[in-house]
Amino acid sequence: MSLRADLEIIQQWIRPGSRVLDLGCGEGQLLRHLRDHKDVQGYGLEIDPDKISSCIRHGVNVMEQNLDESLDNFEDNSFDTVVMTQSLQAMHYPDRVLEDMLRIGHEGILTFPNFAHWRCRWYLGTKGRMPVSEFMPYTWYNTPNIHFCTFKDFEQLCRERGIKVLDRLVVDQTHQSSWFSGLWPNLLGEVAIYRVSR
Amino acid sequence: MSRLPADSVGLVTPQRHTFTEPLSLACGKQLPRYELVYETYGELNASASNAVLICHALSGHHHAAGYHSIDERKPGWWDNCIGPGKAIDTNRFFVVSLNNLGGCHGSTGPSSIDPATGKSYGASFPVLTVEDWVHSQARLADVLGVQQWAAVVGGSLGGMQALQWAISYPERIRHCVAIATAPKLSAQNIAFNEVARQAIITDPDFHNGDYAAFGVIPKRGLMLARMVGHITYLSDDSMGAKFGRDLRSDQLNYDLTSVEFEVESYLRYQGQEFSGRFDANTYLLMTKALDYFDPAGAHGGDLARTLAGIKARCLVMSFTTDWRFSPERSRELVDGLLAARKDVSYLEIEAAQGHDAFLLPIPRYIEALSGYMNRIEVSQ
Repeated sequence: MSLRADLEIIQQWIRPGSRVLDLGCGEGQLLRHLRDHKDVQGYGLEIDPDKISSCIRHGVNVMEQNLDESLDNFEDNSFDTVVMTQSLQAMHYPDRVLEDMLRIGHEGILTFPNFAHWRCRWYLGTKGRMPVSEFMPYTWYNTPNIHFCTFKDFEQLCRERGIKVLDRLVVDQTHQSSWFSGLWPNLLGEVAIYRVSR
Repeated sequence: MSRLPADSVGLVTPQRHTFTEPLSLACGKQLPRYELVYETYGELNASASNAVLICHALSGHHHAAGYHSIDERKPGWWDNCIGPGKAIDTNRFFVVSLNNLGGCHGSTGPSSIDPATGKSYGASFPVLTVEDWVHSQARLADVLGVQQWAAVVGGSLGGMQALQWAISYPERIRHCVAIATAPKLSAQNIAFNEVARQAIITDPDFHNGDYAAFGVIPKRGLMLARMVGHITYLSDDSMGAKFGRDLRSDQLNYDLTSVEFEVESYLRYQGQEFSGRFDANTYLLMTKALDYFDPAGAHGGDLARTLAGIKARCLVMSFTTDWRFSPERSRELVDGLLAARKDVSYLEIEAAQGHDAFLLPIPRYIEALSGYMNRIEVSQ
């Protein structure tokens, strides 16, 4: 099984034998990989019925639970790492989810698209309209992505809440890292993968 | 029916085993000997690693799949899930389904003859708990040569048994599938059971449970008990869709006692039909077992601690409109398993049918059950 590029990067940050909670786990690709290669006890949360079925078929622990409602059923410090890929911008209260991730886990790993990427800026600057692209294919009035932010915005939130950024990898849509996106990440990076802790 | 469906386990014959070693019960009494009636579907493999136990709910019994005769109108109560190629695939699994102790479908129960007196037990039959059932089922497993179940599966009261199996015999169960159930009943749920019991107990034909000696049965009480139970197994929406406010005739009679609404007619039919085939003492006993079930009670209410010794992987499923065993109660169980760091998956299935949904072929539910069961490893 070849792992999605961002998941390949994330899995390197997870210690063998640890406990991982994956918020919005999809079909459980990351958790399967971690189980098979790193002896990780993992759990995924998901709301899409087909994706949940797929997790079940693959023997991945999955729970039907909406991240926007509450994560109160998870005890403090009950996981080593809490992962959330490409979902922060779809949360009603992204800050609460971030706080919860670090309440439940010792570390959090997040990925999200950068709204300050030059293509978004160009689109907005030249057309005066909300960016629509292959990567962000939704119209403003019908999109799951209700809380776009930029890398700077996210890091500002982390500073305000006393959250440490342990690692940050800035990549393009295909999750390749290049020298120039590292040079001016908030302008040139399309997706960021953050590792954070208290 | 002239031909049986191809995906049926076909004709099945109930079997019976007499246990002569006394069974000590939670109530402090002993059953010196007892019989269990059961059915099996599929073949036990050489390593005995493919056995699945089906636990029945309040009014269930051993006949879970297939047909007793070519003329039987309906197959067993969970035929839509048990059979060749079905969710619980009898091509892979050796499936065991029994009538619980205290039942009224062949296993020793209140209507059986007490060898000590030569009369039916009636009111003297001991009160049983879910734990007692699980211990009696473990003895049946011994008889069948099953050291460890690949899975124990049950809905409602059956789900409680599956959970109790995982708690009481952690080495003897690899997977626990608990559907539309709860780690304990809520006050409201106990209250419904109490209404049902009062209906039976206050029937003049009940005779303190010894109605057999008087040659009568508390039919009216049993009917009422079933009527109130039945309401709680359906959702408001499903009743609305099925009956609405439809009348049996096209106008109101302005009469206080006749059956006017379709829903009244349906409930009376269900109640009457049930009262003709179910034993009142068994009904009381089953509802008590439901009320008493509270494995965390012995651990100061700490569910995570109660579940700490579990080794089975668990699948928990609930249904959105089930208000008798609501999704909240299933989540309580899931949270306990999570806190105890057990492997667990949880599905909350969108279904309009209320508690009854666990017996119905709801596609997403069947797909999940099937996906989970197919993943269970069995050696040769």
